[in-house]
Amino acid sequence: MTDLLTTQPAVRLADVSKVYGHGPRGLLALDRVSLSVAPGEFVCLLGASGCGKSTLLSLVAGLDRPTGGQITAPGARIAMMFQEPALFPWLTVSANVEMAMRVKGVGRQERRARAAELLETVRLGGFGRKRPHELSGGMRQRVALARALAQDADVLLMDEPFGALDAMTRDLLHDELERIWRERGLAVLFVTHNVREAVRLGDRVVLLSSRPGRVVEEFPVELARPRRTDSAEVATLAARITDRLREEVARHGR
Amino acid sequence: MAAETAVRGSGADQLAGLDALELAGTGGPGLLSRVWGRVWPMLTAVGLVLVAWQLVVLSGRWPEYVLAGPITTFQELWARLGTAEFYQALATTMRRAVTGFALAVLIGLIVGAAVSRVRILRAAFGSLITGLQTMPSIAWFPFAILLFGLTESAIQFVVILGAAPSVANGLIAGVDYTPPLLLRAGKVLGLGRLQMYRHVILPASLPSFLAGLKQGWAFAWRSLMAGELMVIIAYQASLGEQLHIARELSDSPGLIGTMIVILVIGVVIDLLFESADTALRRRWGLRQPQ
Ligand SMILES: Nc1ncnc2c1ncn2[C@@H]1O[C@H](COP(=O)(O)OP(=O)(O)O)[C@@H](O)[C@H]1O
Ligand SMILES: [Mg+2]
Repeated sequence: MTDLLTTQPAVRLADVSKVYGHGPRGLLALDRVSLSVAPGEFVCLLGASGCGKSTLLSLVAGLDRPTGGQITAPGARIAMMFQEPALFPWLTVSANVEMAMRVKGVGRQERRARAAELLETVRLGGFGRKRPHELSGGMRQRVALARALAQDADVLLMDEPFGALDAMTRDLLHDELERIWRERGLAVLFVTHNVREAVRLGDRVVLLSSRPGRVVEEFPVELARPRRTDSAEVATLAARITDRLREEVARHGR
Repeated sequence: MAAETAVRGSGADQLAGLDALELAGTGGPGLLSRVWGRVWPMLTAVGLVLVAWQLVVLSGRWPEYVLAGPITTFQELWARLGTAEFYQALATTMRRAVTGFALAVLIGLIVGAAVSRVRILRAAFGSLITGLQTMPSIAWFPFAILLFGLTESAIQFVVILGAAPSVANGLIAGVDYTPPLLLRAGKVLGLGRLQMYRHVILPASLPSFLAGLKQGWAFAWRSLMAGELMVIIAYQASLGEQLHIARELSDSPGLIGTMIVILVIGVVIDLLFESADTALRRRWGLRQPQ
């Protein structure tokens, strides 16, 4: 882990702030957040809802601009997955996966073949000709993952991608995501409000405070992989982090 | 890739199992029973109307030469269907309808695209377009006749004015209601401005655009009939003109027969739009389970 920190980070946020609106009625969503993700590292961003997690990912993805501070992603191609699959309903599953390649001008044959491979990777081989509405929520989210992987990105941003799924599907998808992350050496910035999910997946869990969003504390997770969400080690660390999170949330009640 | 695709036993199997469970039990009734399900209520309604019509005729409130009964009317209609004049009239009317509607679609597309893209145009013309839609097309005719005389152009002018605002509005609404999430997804996938239009905004606005087309057609058809009644051009037989002549000659079966033709054309074209809409909804998974 230490050598990861000495190499150049895949994504670095330095004192990033974001204000929505203007003047006294403006809302400070992020307050001087500094954070970096090393190449190949899996970082989980944890916080109560409304603390600015989605805002932070939007900034990193370039969907929005920070009000202050700097975001650097040297040479990194960035892919993103949202909480909803956000698939294009008028396209087949395969055409959805092909979209990033299509706008880059990759030939049809090659696109097809790559999309088929990627669908295989997310265990959806043979579903290419279906339409998104014919699939279940978990399957759609896997298509979204394949579509993101098709960008050949070095950095994958994930905004509560499994939040809407049932526990069993979510557990299986954790395994799949971990496998894909390892095989591809991706840097992942994974947002969640689920503490156990964060501990299950992350090399590091970064805790954000609410209003304004600030980095409160970072927890390295040094448990051997693959982990199980219901294992005692995960539960112990999750309990520690939950306590810290509760403290943070309670501040707002006073 | 080989390592990736190698199935890793339990995890993949469990996922496949969950997938299979989730996907069980789709597929609706067959085509034939669907068509029949739509057709029989219509047939029943038509039958009821015919019966009511015959009853009114039998009541003797109007003499037969003013209100013909269904039987004489359909005999007359059948006879007309065998004449060349009928098809000439039909051809003239349909030519006007198709060219007028096509031009309206073109203009509606251009105006709609411009207004949905440019903020200032939106502020200036957005409500004007909606206002135009509420204007009864017949109110345009005196003006159109003043501008163009009793010509084809006068009719086309009003048909276009009737239909184009609906088409433009359909497109504008579609562009407006493109889900922001899909725009964000497109941006993350690296789509440029034009690509976003081509691959996200236009497809996303298709259902609304189709609704605009359908409404535009209805307006075009109404405007056209009004136009053919008001602007009678010599030696140009048309359905509207036939209505006019039938009234002049107190030809009740001819009058009602022509009305039936106009009604049927309207219904058939409406059905075409509706089946396009249904096909689209099915492809997108927007169809409500029936
Ligand atoms: N586009 C926006 N305009 C104004 N306020 C926003 C906007 N997006 C988010 N916010 C506000 O910023 C805060 C953080 O939102 P968000 O990043 O979505 O939180 P999270 O993803 O952690 O739930 C919330 O208080 C939210 O209301
Ligand atoms: Mg969020």
